[in-house]
Amino acid sequence: MKAATDLPPVGRHAGQPARRHLLSVADLGADGIEEVLRVTDSFVEVSGRAIPKVPALRGKTVVSLFFEDSTRTRLSFETAARRLSADVMTFSAASSSVNKGESLRDTVETIEAMGIDGVVVRHAGSGVPWQVARWLRQAAVINGGDGWHEHPTQALLDCYTITRMLAGAPAHEGGPGSLAGVRIAIVGDIRHSRVARSDVLAFSALGAHVTLVAPPTLLPPSLAGWPVEVSHDLDAVLPTLDVVYLLRLQQERMREALLPSLREYTATYGLTSTRARLLPDDALIMHPGPVNRGVEIAAEVADQPSSVITRQVANGVAVRMAVLYLLLGSGVDLAA
Amino acid sequence: MPPEPSRPDPALRRQRPATTSRQHTGVRRRPPTVLIHGGTLVDPTGTRPGDVLIQDGVIVSAGNRVESAPAGTVVLDAGGCVVAPGLVDLHTHLREPGREEAETVETGSRAAALGGYTAVVAMPNTEPAIDSAAVVRQVLELGRDALCDVAVAGSITVGREGTRLAPLAEMAALGVKLFTDDGSGVQDARLMRRALEYASSLGVTLAQHCEDSSLAAGGHMHEGEWSSRLGIPGQPAEAEELMVMRDLALCRLTGTPVHFLHLSTARSVAMVRGAKASGLPVTAEATPHHLCLTDACVAGYDTVFKVNPPLRSAEDAAAIRAGLADGTIDAIATDHAPHAKEAKEAPFDQAPPGMIGLETALGVALSELDLPIERVVALLSWKPAAIAGLAEHGRPITAGIPANLCVIDPEMEWTVDPARMASRSRNTPFAGRTLRGRVRHTVLAGEPVVVNGQAQR
Amino acid sequence: MAERERALAPPYGGVFVARTTVMAPDDVQRAVWRMAHEIIERNHGTDGLALVGLQTGGVWIAGRLNETIQTVSGVDVPTGTLDVAFYRDDIGLRPVLPEAATDIPFDLSGQTVVLIDDVLFTGRTVRAALNALADYGRARAVQLAVMVDRGHRELPIRPDYVGKNLPTRRDEMVDVSEAGVVLGDMVKK
Repeated sequence: MKAATDLPPVGRHAGQPARRHLLSVADLGADGIEEVLRVTDSFVEVSGRAIPKVPALRGKTVVSLFFEDSTRTRLSFETAARRLSADVMTFSAASSSVNKGESLRDTVETIEAMGIDGVVVRHAGSGVPWQVARWLRQAAVINGGDGWHEHPTQALLDCYTITRMLAGAPAHEGGPGSLAGVRIAIVGDIRHSRVARSDVLAFSALGAHVTLVAPPTLLPPSLAGWPVEVSHDLDAVLPTLDVVYLLRLQQERMREALLPSLREYTATYGLTSTRARLLPDDALIMHPGPVNRGVEIAAEVADQPSSVITRQVANGVAVRMAVLYLLLGSGVDLAA
Repeated sequence: MPPEPSRPDPALRRQRPATTSRQHTGVRRRPPTVLIHGGTLVDPTGTRPGDVLIQDGVIVSAGNRVESAPAGTVVLDAGGCVVAPGLVDLHTHLREPGREEAETVETGSRAAALGGYTAVVAMPNTEPAIDSAAVVRQVLELGRDALCDVAVAGSITVGREGTRLAPLAEMAALGVKLFTDDGSGVQDARLMRRALEYASSLGVTLAQHCEDSSLAAGGHMHEGEWSSRLGIPGQPAEAEELMVMRDLALCRLTGTPVHFLHLSTARSVAMVRGAKASGLPVTAEATPHHLCLTDACVAGYDTVFKVNPPLRSAEDAAAIRAGLADGTIDAIATDHAPHAKEAKEAPFDQAPPGMIGLETALGVALSELDLPIERVVALLSWKPAAIAGLAEHGRPITAGIPANLCVIDPEMEWTVDPARMASRSRNTPFAGRTLRGRVRHTVLAGEPVVVNGQAQR
Repeated sequence: MAERERALAPPYGGVFVARTTVMAPDDVQRAVWRMAHEIIERNHGTDGLALVGLQTGGVWIAGRLNETIQTVSGVDVPTGTLDVAFYRDDIGLRPVLPEAATDIPFDLSGQTVVLIDDVLFTGRTVRAALNALADYGRARAVQLAVMVDRGHRELPIRPDYVGKNLPTRRDEMVDVSEAGVVLGDMVKK
């Protein structure tokens, strides 16, 4: 489902030396994803030490350029960068010149002029990291989540969590980086979800069988080319799963006439305690957070042992360390 | 520094006699005697080899080879070229008044002349909107010294707000022939019905930007496979089609001519085809970009590909080409919509829609349409001239008519370089493309405003 | 040298072409035996001793040394592995990927740590290893054991235990495994 187009690939215009960015998880391919997961193992080890810090990015500067508030993702990236000994600068739109009429491009070029090596870009508009990558001359761009489009590091940490949790489980046919034969359902607001788009790309690249479960109003208008199945019957899907991945439901969807009420959503697509019993015993329950307890997932289900939601958060730092290290520190071109 | 588009040298400024849209002009210096030599004449009457001799802004002989011209005659070489009536753009955003950082009448008309246009219809979504005689006069005044004739389209409703009828008769009295709220469609069916009824006595045409705003709201590209992948909110083809359908019904109800602006979907084309077959007085235009670009262009999130109506699917683009080929779509119109660089350097969902097109329309049409040049020139010249009601443009090339002409080299290959464009803006979606066919000379009321691809002022 | 690391070393994507066998499998085995004895001798036994093999080339040697020391002294000396990718100072000069996770399942504080690698060359890996080791605790002393010392040091580092001193050209490659030590060249594919 990688974008086939007659335009040159973004950020890699002919004649320019290939710069290293992480814009779409699809840019990595299965091999690239497996590489990230493998390196993540090393950073999980680092994170477990008394002093969880290595000098790998000493002297490098990483900027978190967050035009949209996301304290969780920003802290995860900044923690990752600090554990690699990088210098970290924080740019948040609320406290910046963005509100003073400065154009996006001016902001980006000003920040690069300060001498930086990497930028984590988060924006409510789809595609902004692609634009930033075009405008920057030197620095690597990491997509920290763009609009409804992609959130590649979330997909990587989800892949890491699933592959490492399922290692040795009977459903797991492939190697340590593979999801071959693993059945995953992504449930909820697919249409507006960058997590869903990146997860579909990453899970299927690793060989998983992905089912999207959502009311038709919360699915994208077209699923042409998506390597997924679609269902509107969560009860029928749950017993077949190795992983159920629940998405956060934004309250404003009710105002847009996409859903009649939260109650109706929870009744049909929420993972209630009763419904959670339909899952096989060893199936994982995942959620990108923050969780709306009682809406997409019942509080007691979110807290049960098969829920790996907090593990996802913990793995997030190690995965982002791996991504930062591979892009800024290792000299390895991930997409090569 | 990119080479500057040719700048006017004040010493070389030539005055021209009044033309349709410059009736208020004062005394003008006489244009030179001009001989267009060695070309093939293409006009509504057919195709034939011939020279064109122009004196005092009027064609004095056409068709015969002219062996000797009076001393001081400006000779324009048309060897290997097509000599055609000047092109007419039904849909130009000149941005003046209000958005002079994006385009002015001067820069926009220079771009038009370089593109072979001798007349453009300035769209009314300026600031303020062209919704009164005063603003019409202001824009006509601005167009007085332009490098092409500037006709004005007035808005249908006051301030283009879609609530109250603009003074159509007052504007029509100043020569306005086309009315539109372009930029948006008139949403209220009852108001649109009244506008059509009211206009029926004025001999004017109402043109609609077909877009049902409630269905299109929040959409920044065509809704479909690509918008779904890219996570950009889309607007469905049906947002356009609903209003095409409604306005065909209102056209039937009122009998007033309706012109459909920039059709972009296959079903819109099919509906207009059916309406024409049933005898409704409808006309339609399509843009160069909708006939060859698709929503896949948006994949890199380059805001230059953001336009309204949005770039559609490949099937839609093919239907536009078919509609142009079978006459369902009457004209190619540029929807030249300049935007300042800073405005386009915004996130995709915040950038303004629009592309410039005056300098590339002919090249794109000749390169992308599988039609003989006579048909392409018809779509760009006399057919739009008829819709715009411009009596001095798109006429057969014969003695006694105003010399509004362009000379086209149909074989010349050239690469689109935004830095070299005369428009004040750079937002062309064709940057880097090689096109076949380019304007060599443009003659406006006898004045060679473009010679050998260079604007003369 | 690991296959992946070899593919990532200049010339990138090259293949190793063997020229001369410098040590036969038996020679390697004997060198391990000798070094194990030297380690015990130098440290007056195995008290407070720990072995740390560098990923990836030093890991198997650490394992053999551990087995040998166990055979000789009857003590299973704590043995771990260390990856130094995150501590290298030549980032940007060549690709550096972690080979495998560090695994030091014991407390280094107060121990005498023997770092073990296959080839000692510029000394930069060992410098990185010393920095990495410091993050796991304060060792009483650190010693260095290598199968091959090929010279060309760029840092003031010397080994305490050497399998073989092997004069080389800078552009040559040394391949060390249980099957022997081979001198050769990297040839572009």
